[in-house]
Amino acid sequence: MIERTPLLNLVTHLVLVSGLVLLLMPLWIVFVAASHDFHTVNQVPMPLWPGDHLAENLAVAWQKGNFDRVMVNSLIVALGVTVGKIVIAALSAFSIVYFNYRLRMLVFWVIFVTLMLPLEVRIVPTYAVAADALRPFQAMFDAVGLSVDLPEWNLLNTYSGLILPLIATATGTFLYRQFFLTVPDELTEAAKMDGAGPVRFFLEVLMPLSKTNMAALATIMFVWSWNQYLWPLLVVTDHQTFATATMQLQKITPGPAFGEPPIWNVAMAANLIVLTPPVLVTILLQRWFVRGLISTDK
Amino acid sequence: MEKRATFSNLWLAAALVAPQLLLVFVFFYWPSGEALYWAVTLEPPFGGSNQWVGWMNFETVFADPKYWNSVRVSVIFALLTTALSLAIAVLLALFVDRRLAGHQIYKFTYFIPYALAAPAVGLAFRFIFAPDAGFVSAINRVFPNLWNPALDGTDALALIIMAQAWNMAGYNFVFFLAALQSIPRTLVEAGAMDGAGVLRRMRDIQLPLITPTLFFLVIINITDSFVNSFGIVDITTNGGPARATDLMVYKIYSDGFQGKDYSLAAAQSIVLMVLVVSLTFLQFRFIERRVHYS
Repeated sequence: MIERTPLLNLVTHLVLVSGLVLLLMPLWIVFVAASHDFHTVNQVPMPLWPGDHLAENLAVAWQKGNFDRVMVNSLIVALGVTVGKIVIAALSAFSIVYFNYRLRMLVFWVIFVTLMLPLEVRIVPTYAVAADALRPFQAMFDAVGLSVDLPEWNLLNTYSGLILPLIATATGTFLYRQFFLTVPDELTEAAKMDGAGPVRFFLEVLMPLSKTNMAALATIMFVWSWNQYLWPLLVVTDHQTFATATMQLQKITPGPAFGEPPIWNVAMAANLIVLTPPVLVTILLQRWFVRGLISTDK
Repeated sequence: MEKRATFSNLWLAAALVAPQLLLVFVFFYWPSGEALYWAVTLEPPFGGSNQWVGWMNFETVFADPKYWNSVRVSVIFALLTTALSLAIAVLLALFVDRRLAGHQIYKFTYFIPYALAAPAVGLAFRFIFAPDAGFVSAINRVFPNLWNPALDGTDALALIIMAQAWNMAGYNFVFFLAALQSIPRTLVEAGAMDGAGVLRRMRDIQLPLITPTLFFLVIINITDSFVNSFGIVDITTNGGPARATDLMVYKIYSDGFQGKDYSLAAAQSIVLMVLVVSLTFLQFRFIERRVHYS
């Protein structure tokens, strides 16, 4: 808009630059603290310019946090959740939108309701189920008097235990449903006329059309599952083998006030290691991330 | 809503939706039901099946001043983080939407805080606001012992509020900016023709038009402050000092997994579930209005 407001423009620039400082300063401080030696990082106030110990601190943190192993674990969990969510959400949305059966509204609501209670709120009983995932079925068999003995399926300290409960929500299903509803009926009719069955229609018409949605959902899910903290903390007791990256932050966090002085430079280096993958993903796939945020907002 | 052209293979339809339903049953409905069951029963000390105790667990929970403390802390935390985070985000979004030179840079950087995991935010803020290192400690050089989140409950609460508000500011900014950009340019231009200045247009045109987004974000932020805060509290304060930051989710975790009292934890979970579900209902009511503008 063409109007002369020099003073207000100056204020605008000032506010925006302060916003930038406010929102990015903590990240910069983490980076700077990770690049100084133990003595410098404990100076008050700490220098605001990076030092030359970054590689050294990263190496110490990497070794101390067992990152060789936990980065792989986090990657497995994040990719598992992302792929699992996309596949399951797309399939169930396809069923709800493109098939005509009496229970489908019920099915839709049964899935939709899960948006209401995040995992953190029902953490204690979900943990109990994860200790034996077949127990619900065992209990049902017992209740109707069937003497079927199911084996125990313990999900603690397994990748399935880390991944499956995180997939059990409706986020993606809802997104796919909304998208499928906008796909014109003529496409389906044309496909049917050409003799394509549901599977072929799904794979060759719907999936290529939903690439954009898939990318947005994948970006969001990757960041979300990489950042999970409370659930892995509960499911994993075998820290050597199954710990995820975020869990290591607790291990590397300085203890209570007494005892050894906090080694902030190494702690910040570990923090840098943990936060880099999701930050990189959001910056590189920025378009999809923002789009995903706005469309999966529940 | 309804598709005109559908398929009729019912077995296939069932098979497609089966994995989702199985997962949701095992990891959502069963645990939620079990939480209800535990909340009204008590495990006998020497084994055997749970005994029906009715409201007793809830009465125990509600009679405990420690519980009301965690409710009070959670409410303060929810309101202050939401207000702080939304105020910063809406201010930045309004000014970015003026589209002066360089506004693209801000669009591409402001959302970054949201990419961080809660414990990562917690660790960063714990260092920045440490009483004896980092930055804020400089204050203690001038006024000894003015700032110490490890000992002072108010300081500790302030610390986790700032951390959570920072984490959510990027998210809120994305939504506010999207809402502002969906306001037809002609409306704002008409305001300018009528002689309204920039600030007047923000107050009387842009802000009223994004209130649906504002309502929506208030609910999301409050819910998130109940849910996401665990990582921040666990890394920065462990609920202390003297329970000053003992948020509800953190208390459920410590009662259930450190105290091993499933019944008490379940009763508290039920209260929190009711709270979160009512908030979500409120949110669904506003969805219709929100879609109208975006």
